[in-house]
Amino acid sequence: MSSHHEEGFIRKYIFSTDHKVIGIQYGLGAMFFLLMGFGLMLMMRWQIAFPGKSIPFIGKLLTQDGILSPELYNQFGAMHGTIMVFLGVVPMAVGAFGNYLLPLQVGAQDMAFPKLNMASFWVFFVGGLVMLYSFLLPGGAAQSGWTSYPPLSNIAPAGQTAWLIGMVFLITSSLLGSVNIIVTAVQLRVPGLSFFRLPFLVWAQLVTSFLLLLAFPPLEAAGVLQLMDRVFGTSFFMPSGLVVSGQALEVSGGGNPLLWQHLFWFLAHPEVYVLILPALGIVAEIVATNTRKPLYGYNTAVYAIIFLGFMSFIVWAHHMFMTGMGTGMSAFFQATTMIISIPSVIVLTVLLLTLWGASIRFTVPMLFALAFLPMFAIGGLTGLPLGLTASDIYLHDTYYVIGHFHYVVAPGTLMALMGGVYHWYPKITGRMFNKTLGKLHFWGTFIGMNGIFAPMFFIGMAGVSRRLYDATIYEMARSVQPLNVIMTYSSWLLAAAQVLFLINIFASLRKPKEAAADNPWEATTLEWAAPTPPLPHQNFPEPLEAYRGPYEYNTTSREFAPQHLQEA
Amino acid sequence: MNEPYGWWLPINISANGAPIDQLITTLHWFMVLLFIGWGIFFLYCLFRFRARPGHQADASPKHFRLPTYLEVGVALFEVFLLVFISYPIWSKVKNDMPSDEEAMVVRVTAEQFAWNIHYAGKDGIFGQTSPDLISPEDNNPIGLDRENDPNAKDDIISINVMHFPVNKKVKVYLSSKDVIHSFGIPVMRVKQDAIPGTVIPVWFEANKTGTFEIMCAQLCGVGHTRMRGEIHVDTEEEFQKWLQDEAQYLDEYSDAGQREDDSDV
Ligand code: HEM
Ligand SMILES: [Cu+2]
Ligand SMILES: [Cu+2]
Repeated sequence: MSSHHEEGFIRKYIFSTDHKVIGIQYGLGAMFFLLMGFGLMLMMRWQIAFPGKSIPFIGKLLTQDGILSPELYNQFGAMHGTIMVFLGVVPMAVGAFGNYLLPLQVGAQDMAFPKLNMASFWVFFVGGLVMLYSFLLPGGAAQSGWTSYPPLSNIAPAGQTAWLIGMVFLITSSLLGSVNIIVTAVQLRVPGLSFFRLPFLVWAQLVTSFLLLLAFPPLEAAGVLQLMDRVFGTSFFMPSGLVVSGQALEVSGGGNPLLWQHLFWFLAHPEVYVLILPALGIVAEIVATNTRKPLYGYNTAVYAIIFLGFMSFIVWAHHMFMTGMGTGMSAFFQATTMIISIPSVIVLTVLLLTLWGASIRFTVPMLFALAFLPMFAIGGLTGLPLGLTASDIYLHDTYYVIGHFHYVVAPGTLMALMGGVYHWYPKITGRMFNKTLGKLHFWGTFIGMNGIFAPMFFIGMAGVSRRLYDATIYEMARSVQPLNVIMTYSSWLLAAAQVLFLINIFASLRKPKEAAADNPWEATTLEWAAPTPPLPHQNFPEPLEAYRGPYEYNTTSREFAPQHLQEA
Repeated sequence: MNEPYGWWLPINISANGAPIDQLITTLHWFMVLLFIGWGIFFLYCLFRFRARPGHQADASPKHFRLPTYLEVGVALFEVFLLVFISYPIWSKVKNDMPSDEEAMVVRVTAEQFAWNIHYAGKDGIFGQTSPDLISPEDNNPIGLDRENDPNAKDDIISINVMHFPVNKKVKVYLSSKDVIHSFGIPVMRVKQDAIPGTVIPVWFEANKTGTFEIMCAQLCGVGHTRMRGEIHVDTEEEFQKWLQDEAQYLDEYSDAGQREDDSDV
């Protein structure tokens, strides 16, 4: 495998089969979409805080008077959700981190199926283009929420068709990627790297990939059914006798809109664990490295996430409590929802107890990992009143829900991902980022995130629904309107902090390479045994073997004992 | 609290609301307590175990008992909430429907972007409706068959404004003409999706008079934000008066309609 013929630019950087190049492609693509999803939200947040005022600078590009129209608000909202979930966080967490790190962490030369890997990226790319293109269609992009509930989505303008086609590509891409990750993690581990010596991140990616593999096909099928409804006049999701704006709708009827919700949430609940598990894995790596001790209760945590993976398939209907569910069904899904909270608490406890007796280095990635813990805790705790149906009657579909899941995915997952970028930046680039800028980025992000998402709990508690273009027509919303203004200012702070982040990661590339970047954090897992950056199509100059568990810090006479060194 | 709406739960005017509020409040105290306890431990660790010269991590294997007990405690508390609080509230609010005789029955049909509130009128019988008859121009948003069905003649339809008497069970048969909406009355602690093709019963009982807001809680299109309704909780007398006024208005209106028809011939 070693000596390689020279590859041209295109084979090397564009249509590459090297997992590292693909990982970076995914990373840059996902970063673009994360920024775009955030940009859409910045415009929406202006309208929420200052309804009916024209958006400064860019408003005039969107509409004549510069005011975000309700049509655009709904498009931006639906596309914010779609982009953040399917084009931002999943490609970043699984596509970028999974691709780049997983083969390295198991000591492999590449993914098990490099060509499939390349295909997965390009299918994602096409899916992304279709989603972007949908903004240009007559009537604009999808506007029925990221959940696309029929009948609304069935009667929406053409953008919804593009959304469905885009989703089919994105799902296909995820399926290809998840097969690759599973096979790589199971088959390509170097000798000695038994399952319980795998870094926690590898476990997290493995469980995530199983979720993707098993949960996505039903949504893909549902997407195709909705496409048939829209394009070929079937009525899978359309009941008879619909009358829209006074006109009887010409559909055959006889379908059921709730069928879509079941199929959608059968994916989308596991999907939230897809959004969080890789983040937990990243945090575990950073925490172990920067506490200088093994994870407390590594085995327990592994069993917990496997259990979590199983459970995540039988909680989906907790998103549908208000659809007219009887006591029996609701009792079942409440119970499973309470049960699934337990493994999450276990993983969080494991990370927390790892701090006991540690020697905590407050590096930039560690700041992000530490902040993740309370943020994830808030996200998890606020799930409780939503999982109990009695309190959900009041809180369902209010801003409380938006606050709850954003604490999990934004100050939670996003901050973990940022921490991950800093943690592995030296290995990927051979350079160290600027630490002062990194700390500024951290504090700006931390304060900005909380300034945006904490007030949502109060707004939701006041009874305000989500997805409202202008809530101020309601008396109950006017009482909390000052909070919306604070949130919008906080979103600018968050945006400003991300500018620092971008400057940092791109400007640091111009520094000279440092030899110390090989293992700057004195970490033990196999990726740090590779040269910097790891060799194309090969990673390690020589095949490795693993001699011990992933986090042997201060357990032997050495301060840290890398997995690949034979002598302890 | 005199203001109906603030930064926390709004005023509760529902006979079923108190246990829901209690649950929400208890849960939040529980969450805050857990978070604070947890946060203190977290910050203490960050301080006590910070890296500094002369300090080394202690990696000897340990076993903590307390967290296990705490977790079991939390799990038991969850079981308690589930079995003794949440299940009973749900079965009371969503399952133990009063019969149509016990309650005042109203039909609510949601549409983009309004709430059509349909009362049976003096005869207490709802007239037939049919989607074919729906016609916004003829003021017939739900397709009531006033022509052929005698029971329909006295039916009252009110748009976005729902009157009902205080201290009386109200049973709503909820449906939708077009897309999914959600019938949310925050002060009443009521929420139920309105799903086209199905009719779902909802019931509640107000214990205070006044005017409050209905908010659509499910994205239903560009006008979702405008789908604001009002409940007017009246005293029994006010409510009867309102019914009479509506009936009278209906008579005048249908007479006028009659005359127009005649002149057409
Ligand atoms: C970091 C900056 C973010 C901000 C400021 C933000 C803000 C918001 C706000 C205010 C809403 C509610 C809009 C409405 O109800 O009208 C929303 C909806 C949503 N957000 Fe975010 N969000 C952010 C990040 C994320 C991330 C990282 C994800 C997912 C991984 C995400 C997923 C969603 C979803 C799924 C919705 C629901 C969309 C819908 O109503 O269909 N957001 N976001
Ligand atoms: Cu869920
Ligand atoms: Cu609505």
